[in-house]
Amino acid sequence: MSEKTILEVKDLSTHYFTSKGVVQALDDANFTLSGGQSLGVAGESGCGKSTMAFSLLRMVQPPGRIVKGSINIGGMDVTKLDEKEARRKLRWQKVSMVFQGAMDIMTPVYTVGYQMMEPLKYHKDITGSKAEEVCMRYLDMVDLDPELFYRYPHELSGGQKQRIIIATALLLEPDVVILDEPTTALDVVVEARIMNDLKRLKKELDNAMIFITHDLSILAEISDDLAVMYAGWIVEIGPATKIYKDPKHPYTQKLIAAIPRLHKDIDRLEYIPGAPPELTNPPKGCRFHPRCEQAFDKCTQVEPKVHDVEGVKIKCHLYEED
Amino acid sequence: MPRTIVKARNLRKEFEISQTFMQKLQRKPKLKVRAVDGINLDIYEKKSMGLVGESGCGKTTVGKLVMKLLDATSGELYVKGQNVMALDDKRMLKAYRRMAQMIYQDPFSSLDPRFKVFDILEEPLLIHDIGGSLDERRAMIEKALEDVRLTPPEEFIDRYPHMLSGGQRQRVAIARCLILNPDFIVADEPVSMLDVSVRAELLNLMKDIIDIQDLTYLYITHDISTTRFFTDYIGVMYLGEIVEQGPVGQVLDNPLHPYTQALLTAVPEPEPDRLDRIKEIPIKGEIPSGTNVPDGCRFHPRCPYAKDICKKKTPAENEPAEKGHKANCHFAGEIEFKMKVAKLSDDGKIEKVEELEVEDIIGD
Repeated sequence: MSEKTILEVKDLSTHYFTSKGVVQALDDANFTLSGGQSLGVAGESGCGKSTMAFSLLRMVQPPGRIVKGSINIGGMDVTKLDEKEARRKLRWQKVSMVFQGAMDIMTPVYTVGYQMMEPLKYHKDITGSKAEEVCMRYLDMVDLDPELFYRYPHELSGGQKQRIIIATALLLEPDVVILDEPTTALDVVVEARIMNDLKRLKKELDNAMIFITHDLSILAEISDDLAVMYAGWIVEIGPATKIYKDPKHPYTQKLIAAIPRLHKDIDRLEYIPGAPPELTNPPKGCRFHPRCEQAFDKCTQVEPKVHDVEGVKIKCHLYEED
Repeated sequence: MPRTIVKARNLRKEFEISQTFMQKLQRKPKLKVRAVDGINLDIYEKKSMGLVGESGCGKTTVGKLVMKLLDATSGELYVKGQNVMALDDKRMLKAYRRMAQMIYQDPFSSLDPRFKVFDILEEPLLIHDIGGSLDERRAMIEKALEDVRLTPPEEFIDRYPHMLSGGQRQRVAIARCLILNPDFIVADEPVSMLDVSVRAELLNLMKDIIDIQDLTYLYITHDISTTRFFTDYIGVMYLGEIVEQGPVGQVLDNPLHPYTQALLTAVPEPEPDRLDRIKEIPIKGEIPSGTNVPDGCRFHPRCPYAKDICKKKTPAENEPAEKGHKANCHFAGEIEFKMKVAKLSDDGKIEKVEELEVEDIIGD
């Protein structure tokens, strides 16, 4: 693992300006990633996980826009790029993404190879047999038969298609690969195999990976660092081992307790009562306070600051030092 | 011994694949998918049964057969002593469906977007002619909403499905089943589309209802880890067959069939410290098609322990250890399962492989 910082996100905020008001989908996100490191992003639906990914790719659709902060990838501030530059310099070259339900994005009328070669052709001007060779090398890397290059998507299983999408995302050797729910639609056996391959690839290629999913048990398998998001905030971020063993933020505690265990008999599952807030009008103070069992007066009034407890950053009043 | 609610013996369902004109001209034999291939199943009163397996293993087909949404090809099926195979006239079917209900996977498409919650819940009452007056029906609907903890009911009763969250919609779907006071519910992946916390809340709720309403569930899921909490018995399906069944704790902690073992190995557990280690999944290739079920043991082409006998002879139900814990495997109870874990070096190569006992994995 190299120690060089690849990605630095500072105070990143992305809002959607809808007719019903401003949706504060992402507020003040801060984190850094270095090569060979992976960040797992967890949270309920609508907590801003995907908005964060789209911001990194500069793909936030109007009426959404990055309102604040910076994203530094290899000395380039992504937030300052215009659309043309983002297309030429950023997407696929620096940051690539495997989208949710990615296996359905392949066109049925072209072969796998034709679709895989596209980024090579447009970004690197590699075509013909040379491109074929590169694609086949990457197919082999994700544990597929290189012959699949000549096949059509309907001839493949879901797991194979997902691997092809992952291979395509790696083609241009991007610094950061974002995987948004990469295994959600797959069976456990296929999922476990793909996770094994991703673990191996992460070490082999030494790039940074960002894993987005609502399934905390998968994240435990792959992430070095873990970020837990709630209502647009990163409420807890730090080394995954520490957070799983000793979650500090009340939300993380509940989220981890809600996972059903395979080898433990329990009478009741823990859950968080209520629903996440509307982000057009988030609760005053801490956004989690209406659902928090440990909330006190201050939580309803003042937005908590980020506190550092043994290397884990927690946005919660409980950890204030004084 | 508790009463049996569902009893299936040698239940089969085959689907014929439609042929092209050319294939008909050539008189090609019709291909059949053996979706459910001779299963035996017992579900006891108030003891929920979980059915797990990969997609395409036939678990949903079993649910539909039990609900009589599909007609079985052959076999016997009794629900509460009633011969489901023989239910053919409309009146009997209607009475049957009042007793047995189904919860579907997707709460976004199982509720009519143009119906209010009130209408959604009133419809089963009207169909089955329950509740004489509007006021009576309204009271029943409010009670049902309270039972699924959509409180206060007045706040939800006039909403449309689009005004509800995923979890709330699934509660409405559950209320729609409960309002008929059924004895038996088939829940087909009821929580797979929901967030972790909402999932936990709903499973708690569904479990609580068992005692209030004297219910029995057939819980169909691909997520094995939820069965430990929710069900009492579990059946593991592979290619149309229940390859292992028994009390949930025994099956999960002490699996007899290599397929169950492989599935359990693949389930991610929220334990960190495994970053540089990869679990070897003890199963080869992908699930074969139901048109071409392998001879002998249907799992043998993918089984790491397969011997000659597995290719030739179909294994019968084996009950080696505790009573009620059965597996269709020639070597059930004889194979000692070990989990192989490979350590990765810094550049992604496999450094060494360790074997772990099941106890090491379970931890404390």
